[in-house]
Parts: sequence; structure tokens; C-alpha cells
Amino acid sequence: MTIRTTTALLTCAAIAAAGTAGAEIRLGASLSATGGAAFLGDPEAKTLEMLVEQLNEEGGIDGEEVELILYDDGGDPNQARTFATRLIEDDEVVAIIGGSTTGTTMSIASLAEDEGIPFISLAGAIQIIDPVREYVFKTPHTDRMACEKIFEDMQARGFTTIGMISGTDGFGASMQAQCKEVAGDYDIEIAADETYGPQDADMTPQLTRIRNTDGIDAILNPGFGQGPAIVTRNYSQLGIDTPFYQSHGVASDAFIELAGASESEGVRLPGTALLIADLLEEGDAQREVVTSYNDAYRERYGEAPSTFGGYAHDAFLLMTNAIREAGSDDPDAIRDALEATDGLVGTTGTYTMSEEDHLGLDLSAFRMLEITDGGWSSVE
Amino acid sequence: MDAFLQFVFSGLTVGAVYALVALGFTLIYNASDVVNFAQGEFVMLGGMITWFAHDAGLPLAAAALIAIALTSLVGVALNKLAIEPARGAPVISIIIITIGASILIQGAAQLIFDKQIHRYPAFSGDAPIEVMGATILPQSIWVILGALAVFVALWLFFTRTLMGKAVLATANNRLAAQLVGINTGGIMTLSFALSAAIGALAGVLVTPITLVSYDVGVALALKGFAGAMLGGMGNPKGALVGGLVLGLLEALTAGYLSSQYKDAVAFIVILGVLFVMPQGLFGKTAAERV
Repeated sequence: MTIRTTTALLTCAAIAAAGTAGAEIRLGASLSATGGAAFLGDPEAKTLEMLVEQLNEEGGIDGEEVELILYDDGGDPNQARTFATRLIEDDEVVAIIGGSTTGTTMSIASLAEDEGIPFISLAGAIQIIDPVREYVFKTPHTDRMACEKIFEDMQARGFTTIGMISGTDGFGASMQAQCKEVAGDYDIEIAADETYGPQDADMTPQLTRIRNTDGIDAILNPGFGQGPAIVTRNYSQLGIDTPFYQSHGVASDAFIELAGASESEGVRLPGTALLIADLLEEGDAQREVVTSYNDAYRERYGEAPSTFGGYAHDAFLLMTNAIREAGSDDPDAIRDALEATDGLVGTTGTYTMSEEDHLGLDLSAFRMLEITDGGWSSVE
Repeated sequence: MDAFLQFVFSGLTVGAVYALVALGFTLIYNASDVVNFAQGEFVMLGGMITWFAHDAGLPLAAAALIAIALTSLVGVALNKLAIEPARGAPVISIIIITIGASILIQGAAQLIFDKQIHRYPAFSGDAPIEVMGATILPQSIWVILGALAVFVALWLFFTRTLMGKAVLATANNRLAAQLVGINTGGIMTLSFALSAAIGALAGVLVTPITLVSYDVGVALALKGFAGAMLGGMGNPKGALVGGLVLGLLEALTAGYLSSQYKDAVAFIVILGVLFVMPQGLFGKTAAERV
């Protein structure tokens, strides 16, 4: 653990040193760029660094440069709290972006709330914005919205009885609970409810049980990491022909690569516009923002941006927009401007915040996608 | 019936993975009584290095050989740099050193390779083999055969070769082994190199099924360790049977009882067995000289 912490600190020092002096607006971030949640925090950190550089090259916000102070909390809520304290007290930032995971977000949120610093989280759980906290906002859609989007599609296809196979990791367990809660609203009955460990190597017993349950119309697999890829491969191995749904947790090209193009053929999942940047139609509201982020990220890092990087992109967009609208870098003015965000188009969706809604997205932000011939296609 | 067979196939697949990892523990344990908790990292390195070499354009077989060779070098380095300097320290201290080594290797892998999940193609394609309504992937057969081959090789090594006997002698009494002319330092290096090679071979074989990333080692090592304890630490037969039994227990529990309880049931059975037979199913009862 010591080794990891040291690396983390060194990285932070390097990153902090990279943000040069002379800047006027100080923006803080605490992300999980290393550790277990690195697949979230790594693209998020890369995105923020890229966007700050771009913004300053274009002259900053109303002529004032933005300085990004970025710490790596390694996915540890205690570290996140320490860094948030340092951001507020020592670095005197005007706003904070971050909290790659729900755990780190919660420890930053209470601090931001007490100190009156606007904070945009990049984590999924609905508890972050429900109940609404005055200074806390977030960009990713909630698990519940993903469930609703999937059930909406199932309802449209006339499915009433489904089987679920969920990961026991935080993401899988949380989405499993949310889906069970909203299933009734869509007249869907969950007839089989199986789970697997995040490191398991074979899920054919669970899938066999689901297959042998009477009247199953579709199978849903909430989870992320390697689990869903293995489940998809097992599903194909068993030759199950029931329609198969994955969650937004695996909405990336890497998933198709891991599961295999022929194995994942026909799998449906709710994803963001970012995933199908090339397929967006000419008149699509998100086309411009998605394409420019996608191109810039590919050019700089030589890899496709992930949905998670998109969350950081949108948080940065919301924050800089609010600072511009507020016309000052006073935290309270920024908070008010954030809450007044109306129709701001990001990569995840179009944000319209209000006093009761600090997320500002609706189900239309999700697009139902299907994997065909090893690529994505839009169902709608 | 087809459901039962499917559960068995699943159990054999997962069990063979555990058995391969468990077999890796055997050599180092037999040479020094040390349970090497960095064994899972050898498995991870086997998979990761193969993926990177394969991705760089090498044929899969060459990539696998490079991975096994490099990983044994890591094993030797671990022995020379961390274990040998601590010679004379109690076994428990050396076990803690291996835990430290595991964290170090994981961190290094994260920096040298990346943090993504990887997979390379299965050796004989992905078309499932159908037997009476149940299916098994060709790669599972590879893993099962790999586990059997390593088992036979280890068994022959310990019972039929002078070198194998020297390993056992070193563990039994290092001073006495030295007195009869056994190069005990060399034996330790050899056992680390071979253990690492077995771990890497496991990684090469299982990656198309389990996928690989820098952090898969710990979970694999724990399951392999549980399998080895169940069968009897240090006994190749115990490692093979223990791993397979553990896999079958998990699959049958997930199939017939509930997937929520599969880990719990497996560990309860292990606790039960160890309660009655503290040395595991095939372990030797240790006679302490007073």
C-alpha cells in the first residue's frame, strides 16, 4: 500500500507542478486516476488536463486563465476527503470537479456542502443528488435511469418476464437493486435473479438456471469490468437465443473486443452519443460537441475516449459555462449559475438544471444501442 | 441431465484454473515451507506478457514462450533480491515478504503495461464442443490438460529425480541437506524459477477464458491457495484434486442452490475438511521432533 500511495503522491506532485503559475481562476479536482477505479479516473484526468489546456490556448474564460489543481485519490474516500480539504483550504479553489466513484464523491460532497464550494461529481449513484444538496451536482445518468431505459425498450418489444444476472461489485449490486425497484412500473417481472463475483471465470451455471426458468423473454446483465464480457461469452457458448441486454457500465469498444464480435452480436445496451460519434445524423444536437471531443482526445492520446471521460468533459463544460455566466469567480455566484443551467449540450446529454434537479438529464440522454457486426448501431 | 452436465463442465473449467494456480504453490512450499503469495502475480504476468507480445505481432506460441521465460526470471529475481537476503528469518516473515512482492509486481505491471482488461484468441477456436446437450469450450480442455500435464511432471520430478529429492531434502532440513552436498541456494533459485514458470503457464492457458488485467493475481492466488489447502499443501495430487473439487463445489452450488452462496458453501466445506483433516485431503501428517 505504501508503494501505491507514494506513486500516487508523486503523480499528484508532477501534475500539480505542471499547472503553471500566473493563472487567475483556480479549479480543483480529485479523481481516482490509479487504483481499482482507475478505468474511471484515468480517462477523466486525461480529459480535464486536455480541456484546460485547450481553454487557456483560446484565451481562458473572459481573458482569465484557468488553473487546474488535480489530485489522485486512488479511489480511497479518506484520501478524497484529505485532498478536498487541501483544495479548499490551501489551494483556495473556487469549485471542485471529481469523485470518480460514489464513495469518494460522498466524502467530498459533505465538505463542499459545509464550505459552500460548488462541486460536480462524476459518479453514478442516485443518492448523490437525491435528496438535493445545495452545492452538489453531477453529470452521469443514474443507474435507475439506465434500468428505466432498458425496461422501456423491453416493454416496446413486448417482454414481460426477464432473468437478471448481476455482478456483486458495487456497480452491479447497486444497479440490480435499482432495476428491481422500477421493474414494476414497466409491468416486468424478474423471474430469475442470479449473481456472480467480479473475478469469476465461468457463469454457465447461472445462465443455465435462467435458461431453465419458464417464460423468460430477455436476460439483463448489470455489471462492469471483465464479468459482463465473460457472461456474454458463456451466453453464446450455451447457444441461448433469448434477447440479451447489457448495462451502460460496459458501453465501450473494449467490451466488444473482449467478448468477441460474433459472441456479442445482437446485444443491446443503453449508451451515450459519444459511443456512436460517427453514426450521429447531421441535425443531431450532440453531433458537434461529441465529434470535437472525440477527435481532440483521439489526436492527443491515440485512443478512443470512454463514456467516463465524457462525464468529466461535461462537468468541465458545465463549470466553465457557469463561471462565464456568473461573471465572477465567487463560489456562490457559480453555484447559482450552475443551478440555472438551461439546455447546455454535452457528450452525455442535454443538461437543464433546476432547484429540484441537480443532474438535469432525462431518459433521452441515453440511446439504445445494438452490437451488429462488431460495431454499434442505433436502435431508435 | 444436461443441466447437471453443464454444471460439471463449468466446475471442471473453473477447477482446472484453480488447480493450475494451486500446483504453482507446491514447489516453493516443498523447498522452503513458504507459501508464496506472489504466485498469483506470476499467473497475471504470464497472461499480460503473452498479450503484449502477441499484440506486438508475435505468433501466440512464441509470445507464450517469452512470457514463461520472462516470468521465471522475475521468480529468480524475487528469490535473489528479496528472499535470499532474508534467509534465516522465520517462515512467517518470508511469507509477508512475498505479500509485499505481490503488491510491488502489481504496481510495476500497472505502470509497464496498462490498466486495461485484455484477451487473446483461444488456441483452438471458440466453437463450443457439445456433449449430450451441455457445452464446453476447447480452451477449457486445454486448461484441464495443462493442469494434468503439470501434475504428472511435478509428480515425476518429486518421486523419480534426484533434483526433486534434493528439493524435498532442503525443506526437511537445510543444514543436513548441505552436509550431504546439496546446493541449497541453487535449489531455492530453481524452485522459484519453476514455480514462476508454472504460474506463467497457467496464465497463458487461462487468459482466453478468465481475461487478464494487472489486478487479477490476488483473486486467483486466493482461490488457488484455498484449493491447495483443501488438497494438502505441497502435494501435487492434493493441488490437482483440491482445485477441481473447489471448482465443482462452486459450480454445483451456483447451479442447484443459489449463486449468492457459491463462495460461502465452498469455504464452509473447506473449513469442515480442514477441521477433520488439518493436513488437507492428501497432506502428510507432520511429525514434530521434540
